[in-house]
Amino acid sequence: MSEKMKENILESSVNPMVGLPHAEISKHKEHDGTEVAALSSKLAEMPEYEMVHKGTGACAGCPSPMGLRIVGKVLGPNSVVVMTPSCTVASTGMMPKSCFKIPVLNCAFASAAATATGITGAYDALIEKGAISGPKPTVFTWIGDGGTYDIGFQGLSAAAERNDDFIFFCYNNEAYGNTGMQRSGATPRHAITTTTPGGKTENKKNLPILMLEHQCAYVATASVSYPQDLFRKVAKAKDIKGFRYIEVHSPCGPGWKIPWSETIDMGKRAVKTGAWALWEAENGNLTINAPTLQIAQGKVKPASLEEYIELQGRFNLVTRSPDKDKIIADMKDGIEKDLKRLLMRL
Amino acid sequence: MSKRIETGNTACALAVLAAGIDYMAAYPITPQTTLSEKIANFAATGEFTGKYVLVESEHSAMSAVAAASAVGARTFTATSSQGLLHMHEILHYASGGRLPVVMANINRAVLAPWCLYADHQDSISQRDTGWLQLFCSNHQEIYDSVFLAYKVAEKVDIPVMISYDGFLLSHSLLPFETVDDSVIKQYLPDRDPAWRLHPDIGGNFSNVAMAAEYSAYRHRLADDTLKSLQIFRDSIKEYENLTGRKQPDLIEASGTENANVYLLSMGSMASEMELVATELTKQGINASALKLRLYRPFPSDELVNILPDGSTLIVLDRNIAYGHPGGVLYMEARSALYESDKKIRVLGGSVGLGGVDLTVSVLLNEVNRLLEVAKA
Repeated sequence: MSEKMKENILESSVNPMVGLPHAEISKHKEHDGTEVAALSSKLAEMPEYEMVHKGTGACAGCPSPMGLRIVGKVLGPNSVVVMTPSCTVASTGMMPKSCFKIPVLNCAFASAAATATGITGAYDALIEKGAISGPKPTVFTWIGDGGTYDIGFQGLSAAAERNDDFIFFCYNNEAYGNTGMQRSGATPRHAITTTTPGGKTENKKNLPILMLEHQCAYVATASVSYPQDLFRKVAKAKDIKGFRYIEVHSPCGPGWKIPWSETIDMGKRAVKTGAWALWEAENGNLTINAPTLQIAQGKVKPASLEEYIELQGRFNLVTRSPDKDKIIADMKDGIEKDLKRLLMRL
Repeated sequence: MSKRIETGNTACALAVLAAGIDYMAAYPITPQTTLSEKIANFAATGEFTGKYVLVESEHSAMSAVAAASAVGARTFTATSSQGLLHMHEILHYASGGRLPVVMANINRAVLAPWCLYADHQDSISQRDTGWLQLFCSNHQEIYDSVFLAYKVAEKVDIPVMISYDGFLLSHSLLPFETVDDSVIKQYLPDRDPAWRLHPDIGGNFSNVAMAAEYSAYRHRLADDTLKSLQIFRDSIKEYENLTGRKQPDLIEASGTENANVYLLSMGSMASEMELVATELTKQGINASALKLRLYRPFPSDELVNILPDGSTLIVLDRNIAYGHPGGVLYMEARSALYESDKKIRVLGGSVGLGGVDLTVSVLLNEVNRLLEVAKA
């Protein structure tokens, strides 16, 4: 981890914009019986456990191992993860190596949710029968926006509807990163990808809201730039039985055409401009988290969307357009409307 | 042990229940539906105590059972036609991953156009997925094949597909004998996997492999598929010894020994072919019907051993091997006999497609037509 990155993470732990005055610190029992803090207001207080070995093949500044490290600190060693083709798998290390300390099941692209369904159900059946002993491992997925928004959506929606007992994590970098940055259903309008060289002409779909409408046990949005918020949400999800969905916004250096040292900064800008909203919902009951709530209510002025756009090479066609001001005004309008709609759900 | 008269789908469901499965996931499709409904009833009444997941597609059904199998569960799913085609991607995953899933495929024609009736194009299109494939010609074989499938699958860690004809077998009532649970338990103890997906064990399943590792895995699957032939033979013998009931061989011959004409087929057609052989014999042509029970791996040795030098083999397929005259069995038979020193004339045709009724007279006409071709 670069010094700059450390600085960014540490900064976020004391940044009032994060808005996480954690009053309570509960304890979680790990697989080996040790108790760890489930809530922490500082990174330093998070469990030492690292799910990801040092030396993954991920790009410098890649948000995927950052997110997985936080997830691992909550879920601990008694867990198994499902992965589909993605940057995370491509950077795992070739067979027989693996950069993960927990077992990984790699599956076909459209199969993430159904695969997790099979695993969690088999644990239930075999523990009930006495063929294996408990406690039941936590089953979770770590899937990109391609395997979530697009090719994997049918299975995801069905698993949510069945309330199958696992956590579906989507790490959303807003494009198909592993195949070289093609557009996805999560790519925002105007972004250049290798399949939208003239900029994407359609809006992204609001998948977290679609998941919210499934009214499953727990749905949350998070960001790698807000590790305490992510940690708290994973801790909450861990204690809930049934289907849980957590989408982690994940700025991508090569995809967004930003310096690899700017992952955290860009993730914060996404939240502070309102372009990415932080919220959570238990059984469909919505809570909007800080700072999204304050921005949506007009109590906090959103950060500069112009800067957010100008700093990302993928929006170069906007930055260089003679209609730049109008395009950015339209984008702001879209963000404001999304936030208003979110407020109306409260 | 008791005699029952049930549909083929019920015979299959009863065997699946007796096999002690831990996990099932399925999606309805005609003519499979009454099979998964029957097992859903067993789950509702508490007779089936494992996990039954009602998934939203066959792709998800196969994904779920493959994953449950990786955890160490004994798993089952069932499908037909388009459903099997929709699973195709994950069929490769299950065999490549050496996951001993067992599935029933109730044979039905494939799109386009829509057609609901018996046709083997669905299963033969999965020939090169690495699955072992059993075909059944009556309800007794459906019932018995379920236990054989689990026995072999879990010995060689390769998935097995059991196919039987839609409606002709799935929905018709026929008698069959069940086997006592205690005998089944002896034949098929709880699954004891060599590895399972669990934090206590670890591992990264199906991670990216370089060419050398990948190639080694593929060759091992190919070798083990061929080796499974002997395991099928031994497992059939063991079942015979435990139940005291004679089982059909991998290729079961009926009618005249040392015949001049042999009639090879699989599925429900194979039962009718026994009558066709009798008719031919009445007409003065010494004929024998050959029922193929195991399509993958293909029991070439059995075929070569059965056929006398100078005999004629007629192969009738309920499928088409596009680009090759006739169907897949015709192709397999010619390939199996090529290395043999025996001089055997082989002729083949595709019949009964889309459920065209294969009565004895229809089959007899086709066989006589091919015999005329042989003479010419």
